[in-house]
Amino acid sequence: MKLIIATIKPFKLEEVREALTAIGVRGMMVSEVKGFGAQSGHTEIYRGAEYEVNFVPKVKLEIVVGDTMAEQVVNTIATTAKTDKIGDGKIFTLDVEAAMRVRTGELNDDAI
Amino acid sequence: MKMTKTLLVGAALSALPTFALAQDAAPTMDEIGPYILTTLLFLVAGFLVFFMAAGFAMLEAGLVRSKNVAMQLTKNIALFGIASIAYWAIGFNLMYPGDAWSIAGWLGPFFSFTSLEPVGLAAADATLDYASVASDFFFQLMFVAATASIVSGALAERIKLWPFLAFVAILTGVLYPISGSWQWGGGWLSEAGFYDFAGSTVVHSVGGWAALAGALILGPRIGKYNKDGRTVPMPGSNLALATLGTFILWLGWFGFNGGSQLAAGTVGDITDIGRIFANTNMAAAAGAVTALIVTQIMYKKPDLTMVLNGALAGLVSITASPLEPTLFGALWIGAVGGIIVVLTVPLLDKFKIDDVVGAIPVHLFAGIWGTIAVVFYTPETSIVTQLTGVAAYGIFTFVAALVIWLIFKATMGIRVSEESEINGLDMSELGMEAYPEFSKG
Repeated sequence: MKLIIATIKPFKLEEVREALTAIGVRGMMVSEVKGFGAQSGHTEIYRGAEYEVNFVPKVKLEIVVGDTMAEQVVNTIATTAKTDKIGDGKIFTLDVEAAMRVRTGELNDDAI
Repeated sequence: MKMTKTLLVGAALSALPTFALAQDAAPTMDEIGPYILTTLLFLVAGFLVFFMAAGFAMLEAGLVRSKNVAMQLTKNIALFGIASIAYWAIGFNLMYPGDAWSIAGWLGPFFSFTSLEPVGLAAADATLDYASVASDFFFQLMFVAATASIVSGALAERIKLWPFLAFVAILTGVLYPISGSWQWGGGWLSEAGFYDFAGSTVVHSVGGWAALAGALILGPRIGKYNKDGRTVPMPGSNLALATLGTFILWLGWFGFNGGSQLAAGTVGDITDIGRIFANTNMAAAAGAVTALIVTQIMYKKPDLTMVLNGALAGLVSITASPLEPTLFGALWIGAVGGIIVVLTVPLLDKFKIDDVVGAIPVHLFAGIWGTIAVVFYTPETSIVTQLTGVAAYGIFTFVAALVIWLIFKATMGIRVSEESEINGLDMSELGMEAYPEFSKG
């Protein structure tokens, strides 16, 4: 099983979710994060005092799928989330050691 | 049948001359009309100024950080209660001694509780050339509460609750009434020809001086000013509330300035009140628009909090003379107020004076400007007398406030601990949060 962690631009979330469910992904976790990469922050002014906005809001997706599906998921996210401007995000793939469905106790591939 | 008989008897009796009254017959509308209308003016204007307390509460709550919101709201409602009680117990008669001066023109009587007219006042016993004591007390009470709110905004996010409230009790019961008596109580400044229609100096600058003294003694918030000299912005938690608060203050100001006509029973008076409302609105509008334009130019983007401050500064600027200027006069007077605020907010930061909501620029600096602006449109006023008033109120309030804050600092301490300040006053002083669903815990 693989854990796919992807950061994308927040406005792309709905599009990515639709594309993933269309290829058979049955679950995901979404969190609001902030971060920076090549798209660094900028300066703003509040009541005459400057401050650096170093982080940019992003959405993080965490999806666990079987080994066979992983590559397709990564490509789907990449094509859907791309805007060709800096700040589009990154996708990481990690190995998952075990999985369990809480309600039934099913394990590993039966759990995802 | 019984009713008709009573009516007949009653009609017969009322036709007889009644020796109890000074007049020979029941008083006419001409005689009592002005009293009724002026009293009504005080009551309605009083409600409007009362609502400014909600305005201050929302404005301040919106401009402090989430962890301090409940504390700010507590300060606002508590100070209103304390002001009401202190003004009844000492303040009102200290400010309006009438014949009971302790030192003529300078100091009224202490510990003279306010008492109202008895129930069911007869026309013969009323001050028909003015208004009821109750309405006068009620109206003036709202003004002193406004002064105290000014102090609470500037000193937010690091002051202890009870020392602050103790200061409010002294400000509203003693300081404000004493200095107020010099002008509105018929004291030495009014004799000298000083002019302050609704209180740019008497109310706003007094709050501003007390706030300045407090800010100097209290010190800035932790992390506000960097070691390398940079000012760290601490954005407010809720600009919607801040804007709502500003609009409520703007609304209340119609009562603040309009009620200060102190009479509504003649064509002249009621027309003047309409003029005052129109000028008041114009000054606020001009202050807001000026701040909008100036922040756009200076910072390439307008700053909503400065626009809000600008509107309020416009209002403070017109408060000393809302009647005499033309609408154009109100416009430029308010506009200057807006400019003053945009320029002096960063100036205070340069001097490391941490004023969380911009109370000192809005109420003190614009208040001084408003007092000076009187000479442009109001006859028989002079810049010398206006500045005398500014100086008198400034020296008295600033020095007295400084002394009180220093005594409090030395005895009970006025600042919360570093840990409390960082965790937020809501938890440390109150043990509750304004937005518990959004907390991390």
